[in-house]
Amino acid sequence: MAHSEEDILAGLAEIVNEETGLETDAVQADKSFTDDLDIDSLSMMTIVTLAEEKFDVRIPDEEVKNLATVGDAVKYIVQAQS
Amino acid sequence: MTDQTNVVVTGLGTTNPLGGDTAATWDGALAGRSGVRTLEQDWVSQYDLPVTFAGQLAVPAEEKLTRQEMRRMDPSAQFAMIAARQAWADAGEPEVDGERLGAVVASGIGGVTTLVNAWDTIKEKGVRRVLPLTVPMLMPNSPAAYVSIALGAKAGSHTPVSACASGAEAIGYGLEMIRTGRADVVVAGGTEAATHPLPIASFAKMQALSTRNDDPAGASRPYDVNRDGFVLGEGAAVVVLESEVHARARGARVYARVAGVGMTADAYDIAPPDPSGAGQERALRLALENAGVSTADLVHVNAHATSTPAGDGVEATAIRRALGAEADHVAVSATKSMTGHLLGGAGALESLLTVLAVHHRTAPPTINVTDPEPDLEIDLVRDTPRELPQGQIAAVNNAFGFGGHNVALVVASS
Repeated sequence: MAHSEEDILAGLAEIVNEETGLETDAVQADKSFTDDLDIDSLSMMTIVTLAEEKFDVRIPDEEVKNLATVGDAVKYIVQAQS
Repeated sequence: MTDQTNVVVTGLGTTNPLGGDTAATWDGALAGRSGVRTLEQDWVSQYDLPVTFAGQLAVPAEEKLTRQEMRRMDPSAQFAMIAARQAWADAGEPEVDGERLGAVVASGIGGVTTLVNAWDTIKEKGVRRVLPLTVPMLMPNSPAAYVSIALGAKAGSHTPVSACASGAEAIGYGLEMIRTGRADVVVAGGTEAATHPLPIASFAKMQALSTRNDDPAGASRPYDVNRDGFVLGEGAAVVVLESEVHARARGARVYARVAGVGMTADAYDIAPPDPSGAGQERALRLALENAGVSTADLVHVNAHATSTPAGDGVEATAIRRALGAEADHVAVSATKSMTGHLLGGAGALESLLTVLAVHHRTAPPTINVTDPEPDLEIDLVRDTPRELPQGQIAAVNNAFGFGGHNVALVVASS
């Protein structure tokens, strides 16, 4: 079953919260993973790995560098679902 | 050559089966309590393990760490961080240049649960589900690295690995870092987190573990004729070592002096000790020589004594041979009777207890010795604590490991 954009954003926020302790409210579509949320590369890979499992999608390692913002990740996951 | 730089202990921290901190641990030890319980994990019955008990942390790690710390660290590093933070606070958070501060935290096995869980993930879900922090979590130097990072310790971060001697070796290494001028302060100790079916099944297959499943609290009984193996324990202990000059200059509270260390190898077998005890005896002699302590000043030994049929007797013989007639006035305690065997954490926890024994002039008891070995050549402290003499005193912590590693650490009144 495909997840909506809202579901994916909320799910990503939960994953980011688990991994970094950041409040879920801080995880908004326009936020940069590195500049705004201060997420390092290993944490980013952890978040991607957990997101793949949660949304049952495949996010190739070479795509991760293109996911600058939370919104980029949401969009990628929406497309990957279809 | 023995460097005469005095090294003192100014901070203590631990989390183990007897207590979640130093005070609770010491109270539990003096009261002769056992921290050993029946395991409640599902995997005990799932795999029909031959041993169904262990010494687990008295206070769960999640009560002391953030959720993120719990996620990012293997339990071995979690326990070490808890102990290190306590020790650092206990020492009064000394102001020291990071380049003069060292971290030496040992582990016998390292992140074994992380390793095995990651392999389970691959088998069940595929390689893409392996988390990127798996290697930093499973590497045995992870606890030392996290402590180094947390305290800004840049003089060096080290992880001696010598099975069940590791924790004492770490403190010996810290002593040498200060003596040789590499550091003014070193946070040193050991940790282990091996409460998992794999280590339990493996140790059981060696016939090293007690199978007294119907009496967990009575299972660890060093020097008792009915002992049948060691009891697995988990946890960590960390001490803050400091050059006496540095400690006095800042008016620090000093528990005791770490006066010397002796290390030898049996070069005999990968598991059991050399039955002659020669390597253990030599470690004890070298430690006293290194410390400049005469056997007449030695009043207490915290023995390695794991409660295995083979090991305890060898150590008793080694102590008697090293000390001769002076062994008559040495109060020997086997605190694994209460804590179980923390493997790479054992030498650290027992060194911490040795420091407290010297500081409080009280030898903790050995419990469960209802029927002592008849021809035991040492003076075992049984059931209740024993007062140690006033004046200048010294004590030794013995720690031995699979592979023939022998470490004796001398603690003296300051």
